[in-house]
Amino acid sequence: MAKVPGLVKGLGVTLGTLFETVTKGANTVQYPHEKESPPTRARGVIALHEGNCTSCMLCARSCPDWCIYIEGHKELAPPRREGGKPRQVNKLDRFDIDYALCMYCGICVEVCPFDALFWSPEYEYSEPRIADLLHDKAKLGEWMETVPEAPELESGAEKKKK
Amino acid sequence: MIGTLASQLGLLGGLLAVEIPYWGQSLLRVLGGAVAVLLPAGTIVYVFLFKMMSFMQSRLGPMEAGPYGSLQLVAEVGKWLQKEDIVPERADARIFKMAPIVVLVSTFLLVAVVPFGPDAWFTNFEVGIFYALAVSSLSVLGILMAGWASANKYSLLGGLRAAGQLIAYELPMVLAVVGVVIQAGTMNLQEIVVAQNAGSIFGFSGLGNPFILTQFVGFAVFMVAIQAELTQAPFDMPIAESELVSGYMTEYSGFRFLIFFIGEFATAGVFSLLASVLFLGGWGLPFAWFGWTDIDSVDNWMNLVGPVIMITKMMLVAFIIMWVRFSSPRLREDQLQRFAWKVLIPVSLGNIAVTSIFKVVM
Amino acid sequence: MSVTDRLLGDRQRLAYIASQAADSRLNVELETEGMTLNIGPQHPATHGTLRIIARLDGEQVVWAEPSCGYMHRGYEKLAEVRTYPQVTTLVNRIDWLGSFANEVPFILAAEKLMDVEAPARAQHIRTILFELSRIANVSLFLGDLGVQMGAITPVFFAFRDREYVLNLIEGATGGRFHPNFDRIGGLKDDLPKGWIAETKAVMKKLRTFCDQIEELLFGNEIFQSRTRGIGVIPRDVALSFGLSGANLRASGVDWDLRRDHPLPMAWNKADWKVWTHPDGDSFARCWVRLQETREATKIVDQLLDTIPSGPIMAKVPKIIKVPEGEAWVSTENPLGEMGYYVVSRGELGPFRVKIRSASFNNISITPWLLRGVYVPDIVTILASLYFILGDIDR
Repeated sequence: MAKVPGLVKGLGVTLGTLFETVTKGANTVQYPHEKESPPTRARGVIALHEGNCTSCMLCARSCPDWCIYIEGHKELAPPRREGGKPRQVNKLDRFDIDYALCMYCGICVEVCPFDALFWSPEYEYSEPRIADLLHDKAKLGEWMETVPEAPELESGAEKKKK
Repeated sequence: MIGTLASQLGLLGGLLAVEIPYWGQSLLRVLGGAVAVLLPAGTIVYVFLFKMMSFMQSRLGPMEAGPYGSLQLVAEVGKWLQKEDIVPERADARIFKMAPIVVLVSTFLLVAVVPFGPDAWFTNFEVGIFYALAVSSLSVLGILMAGWASANKYSLLGGLRAAGQLIAYELPMVLAVVGVVIQAGTMNLQEIVVAQNAGSIFGFSGLGNPFILTQFVGFAVFMVAIQAELTQAPFDMPIAESELVSGYMTEYSGFRFLIFFIGEFATAGVFSLLASVLFLGGWGLPFAWFGWTDIDSVDNWMNLVGPVIMITKMMLVAFIIMWVRFSSPRLREDQLQRFAWKVLIPVSLGNIAVTSIFKVVM
Repeated sequence: MSVTDRLLGDRQRLAYIASQAADSRLNVELETEGMTLNIGPQHPATHGTLRIIARLDGEQVVWAEPSCGYMHRGYEKLAEVRTYPQVTTLVNRIDWLGSFANEVPFILAAEKLMDVEAPARAQHIRTILFELSRIANVSLFLGDLGVQMGAITPVFFAFRDREYVLNLIEGATGGRFHPNFDRIGGLKDDLPKGWIAETKAVMKKLRTFCDQIEELLFGNEIFQSRTRGIGVIPRDVALSFGLSGANLRASGVDWDLRRDHPLPMAWNKADWKVWTHPDGDSFARCWVRLQETREATKIVDQLLDTIPSGPIMAKVPKIIKVPEGEAWVSTENPLGEMGYYVVSRGELGPFRVKIRSASFNNISITPWLLRGVYVPDIVTILASLYFILGDIDR
């Protein structure tokens, strides 16, 4: 049997894909009617747990774009037990992340020593105006509801200490 | 000639119990011509360009405009119409504006000679196929005009490549058709159709005598030549999207680009119609199935069914053209020319020689 | 001294004289002016904003010169005022198709300065991700090859199968295109459960994809006639111009940094082959990359079976200050040899980073290579040389 010319074989590949698409469906997802869910670790949006934040500014300093804006003030909180000194606590006034600048690198989430920032795979927050991409404290707190549990690790991994 | 269609329309008038005046008949003819060009274009664009190409690429294609994206072409037309009409400053404005129209006019002139039924034709020339081949060369002029008048080096390159390619591939097309003409014994397209449907192969008349069976070499050469005439891959050097952006169409926007776009697929449709007339038996089914013997004994309902059969055969031919288009890379210009002059023309000349010998002997 | 002598440097003056000579030769031969065609910076054939100034005689190129810099983002300057994790983030974006591969030499250079080696598990997973980014990069090349030649279908297959690899990278690192996963001392996080099994399945699909591309594109006679014998780079010319990666191996030079430069990575733990081709033409370059993709899937398969267990990060302080010194590390990236020369003054960030990117040297051969070819061949040659603009311009 003579060798089938490459042209004909190529035609066979496209025809095969045609039948595959007709019978098994296409490889594409018809967004927005159907949506794929991104993996657990996907870097969609950053959520803020305000209670943990002490406005230490580590995240704002480590951002390569300097897109986190933090303002806070010190307050005196009542002492922990009777007869003690009043404690100084940092109260957060403003915590904005500008998603127009954010590079989604995750350094801020990584360096936070108090576990106040979390990644969430939510990605549908585009706005018609760029100014609306500045998410303030309240909005960042809302994203907390979408933060998933950290995924289990593969076999052979060291157990996490914290 | 004109009388037969007029009598057909008169029949229509008789059916509708109204007398259609001559201007009404002419209007219907014009509308018929427009439909005959635009309907194949639209169908080819939707079925093959939007859907078949997408399916071959593991995706679904346009799905939003209308059910399964059927109105996508309407949306595209609307989109192109509302774009700004740009004429480059240093372009030769008059020629620039005329070029797309020349290309489209050649398609309309070509469809005038294609028969759609025993009485459903626009004109019935005795030298139909000669006229068709002559008129199909007009588009070369339009492309050259577009390439030169655009004042754009890429368009110029595209136009020059097109000139060389289209002229080179005219010859194999003509020679392939000569084989059909010799076998049918006439240049009249209607009679070629009748010869195929009323004929028989070695006495077996169940299939008629579609010339694709005896003229398979001619069919292959004709298909390759059409692929090149339509500047489809693997012969799309003039458009060469990755090098020349869009070749001679680069500077066109809005309605003028739409004319080129629709013209490309309309010409594909009309050439497919021509191929189905010449090789696949045209509007007819084998006469032996119905007991007809010649054109006059064909029933009237064939005038309504004929166009449907034509469209089906056209889609078959267009499927092959488009399938090859989506699956091949493109040939370089000199390789193209070498292929036309050194391979296709000798093959088609050989085909003519063999056909003549068989025609004389049998 | 004329105006040209005063304002231009030596090299530019020579280039100007060469172009004038080319012009006058044309004028003498044909009594017509040649045509100067600007290919780019906006053009479907250049992968990004590359401008090639070509002087044409009809369809033949008489003289060509690339003019890059339209995408210069100032990486080396940016790195001077950033800390090491921040530079790692930025460096992802140099060769954006195989982005994990950009982080690795930088991190290795910093680790060399700190005299720290990542634990075995981290080295292993680093290598797996490196090869995955190679697969992602080169599978796009295979698809793009089709588009440059005129075959519009392979690119969709490429994107379809590349999607699986990107989903894998996203599952492990959180980012499809810019993983930002490498850290000094190891990796940021360990692999999520089920990743190994998923990767094995994807590798099978990629081998099918390679077979499909071979049938659809490489076996096609038209493709072969377009690429065989076009853009031949002889062996010594390739070496003298500083080509690297598949371009070098396609000219017959058996040189692969993964095998020849030992680094704390896991390539020597898998059994794989270096592919070369004696021809040095465009077909050879494309073919070598196809085989390398297949080989990369085999490397990943072997490494997946033998990932050692253990920690993913070495003992490094939380705030890293790299001690003073200079280090040079280069690796066999998907595009060629990529290297970083890191100068550190003992601070949180590098003092100076010099980035040696593969594509910059790869396109330096275009003036020599593009002389005398036809316009369609320019596209073939650029496609087969394969560069990414972010890599050229940084």
